[in-house]
Amino acid sequence: MRFVDEYRDAELGRALAAEILATAEPGRHYKVMEVCGGHTHTIYKYGVDDLLPENVELVHGPGCPVCVIPMGRVDDGIAVAHEEGVIFTCFGDMMRVPGGHGTLLEAKAEGADIRMVYSPLDALRIARESPDREVVFFAVGFETTAPSTALTLMRAKAEGLRNFSVFCNHVTIVPPLRALLESPDLRLDGFIGPGHVSTVVGARPFEFIPADYGKPIVVSGFEPLDLLQSVHMILLQLRDGRCEVENQYKRVVPYDGNAQALRVLAEVFDLRPHFEWRGLGFISHSGLKLSHAYSDFDAELRFRVPGIRVADPKACQCGEVLKGVIKPWECKVFGTACTPERPIGTCMVSSEGACAAYYNFGRFSRGEKRLVGA
Amino acid sequence: MATREQAVLDKLELWRRKPTKFRDERITMAHGAGGKATQALVEGLLAPAFGMTELADAGAVDGLALTTDAFVVKPIRFPGGSIGELAVNGTVNDLAVAGARPLALTLSLVLEEGLGADELRAEVDAIARAATAADVHVVAGDTKVVERGHCDSMYICTTGLGRFDPRAHLSPAALRPGDRILVSGSIGEHGTAIMLARGEFELAAEIESDTRPLWPAVDALLEAAGPSLRCMRDATRGGVASALNELARASGVAVVVREAAVPVQPAVAGACEILGIDPMYGANEGRFLVFVAPEAADEALAALTSVAGCEQAAEIGEVKTDPPGLVLVETAFGGRRVMDMLVGDPLPRIC
Repeated sequence: MRFVDEYRDAELGRALAAEILATAEPGRHYKVMEVCGGHTHTIYKYGVDDLLPENVELVHGPGCPVCVIPMGRVDDGIAVAHEEGVIFTCFGDMMRVPGGHGTLLEAKAEGADIRMVYSPLDALRIARESPDREVVFFAVGFETTAPSTALTLMRAKAEGLRNFSVFCNHVTIVPPLRALLESPDLRLDGFIGPGHVSTVVGARPFEFIPADYGKPIVVSGFEPLDLLQSVHMILLQLRDGRCEVENQYKRVVPYDGNAQALRVLAEVFDLRPHFEWRGLGFISHSGLKLSHAYSDFDAELRFRVPGIRVADPKACQCGEVLKGVIKPWECKVFGTACTPERPIGTCMVSSEGACAAYYNFGRFSRGEKRLVGA
Repeated sequence: MATREQAVLDKLELWRRKPTKFRDERITMAHGAGGKATQALVEGLLAPAFGMTELADAGAVDGLALTTDAFVVKPIRFPGGSIGELAVNGTVNDLAVAGARPLALTLSLVLEEGLGADELRAEVDAIARAATAADVHVVAGDTKVVERGHCDSMYICTTGLGRFDPRAHLSPAALRPGDRILVSGSIGEHGTAIMLARGEFELAAEIESDTRPLWPAVDALLEAAGPSLRCMRDATRGGVASALNELARASGVAVVVREAAVPVQPAVAGACEILGIDPMYGANEGRFLVFVAPEAADEALAALTSVAGCEQAAEIGEVKTDPPGLVLVETAFGGRRVMDMLVGDPLPRIC
């Protein structure tokens, strides 16, 4: 595939790995957090960290939109799905996220009409085709997916569709990053910035990370070579004593973001005073709800939503995993009570979740011969 | 690596190898996807109930091979085939990869009230044509009709009877370290074709289902490398990844696959890339995996590539000792990872 395969070239990967090795100070241990779940997925899928030296460690951050949805919100979604006449639509990953009372997949088996869609526009089409049913879209995601929800809502309003609504769980990227950086147990040397989010918000909103917290950040693309290059750029900043926002993903990310997408977000959404994050607790101004102009399409106003907060299961250490305090394998229930087929925590659900990625794609020791077999 | 991390990974390996239990409260679509939930249903509930120990594609009865399969694909017609053709090929292929020459089929049709006679006639024709192509006779059958809305147009069940070929000595537990792994052609086409045929994505690509009878390819392999063949398996639901995992578990060996060696059509790779699906998990209806002793691997591959429809067959990996029961992938990028069975269901009702 042109424009894709070029970024997966094994030889270039080895060359970059050699440069990383040459840049890393021996004896110093580097911890770099990739914020975005898409990056985590790439790292495991291609075995990117097999190419990194022993003392460069990647820590998986809170950027998997499915992983950060708290259990209470899943229960709310299930309650709406069970309402008479409702067709409940959501992304596939969301189906297996456990709430306090099971998953959407189980609710579907119990008779709720829950359909997987690939885009909010699919949900809108279902609404057009089923005028006698109420179609609800379970919206999740950062600024990456929020514009498509926003455009869908604008279209619904323009068409005067009365049977369509959105259960909004969109979140924003900066507040959780700030919360992470404020966390006293955090020890990170730098950040790989979220490329997809940045296509919308740009790289500028991350300037507070070097300015206020003295950590370098490099906004990165999603192919394995992108990630290796970004790690190298962070190590170079550290070596040279620089601390700034750099943009590795220039082929897609404009420094100031996508003005049109930002305008659409501002029209359709308002910031919530606070929003709960799985494992991270309540974070101020971190969630989006539909603005007054779109409140007719707000599923939380149209249906009775229980809104009961469900505490994260005690044994689950998703929060610490999301903060990068522990690695997935250090969680007490990892791989035993909590597996991709029976997840306890959300990090085990989506293939972008740190735990599921580690479980599925595994990580045998670097350089250990055992892996390729005796 | 930290020894604690290794200890956790070792424990994980043990857990993965444990016999699967069926603990779900209800059947969900995941139980039909050919991955972990299906495995739990079969190994945890069905096999123990019937005292089945070895889970092969076909059972043996007095030297004859017997297998059965149900087809619920949606939509019933798709580029490259239809439910009728699938219902013949799916069943004769389960016989073929078990090393049995297909002899006869029985056919059950579950029809939805209101189904157009032309649609039914088209599928009956497809069944007759596919049976002729596969050199089997339909010898018995049954028809049932259910109320509108209780099935999508039609469901089909076929049962196949075959005769085990004396050249074949195959078993899912027969894999030995050093064995080579072949795949009979490019993968993921059936699953991708169905996905696109549903029209849920605005993607246009010329991808056809790979549905075809496999006996000619199996026959050529048995002739070229009969005694050296360990096992064959058609990579249907759950794809190549799930089939490899089943066999790695059954034989207690490690399977190492070189990602770059696995043939994937550019159109399939492109569609999978856009939809975030790994072609290794994509369903196939005319591709199978072959495990063969190393000394006969070249002859086997040459025999396979000489069969029409298998020209793109390739050697994709090797059987190793350690870690037992796991499938590892050497990525094209130079890294390594574990390739587990399919979890959940990216796409229900593909066959």
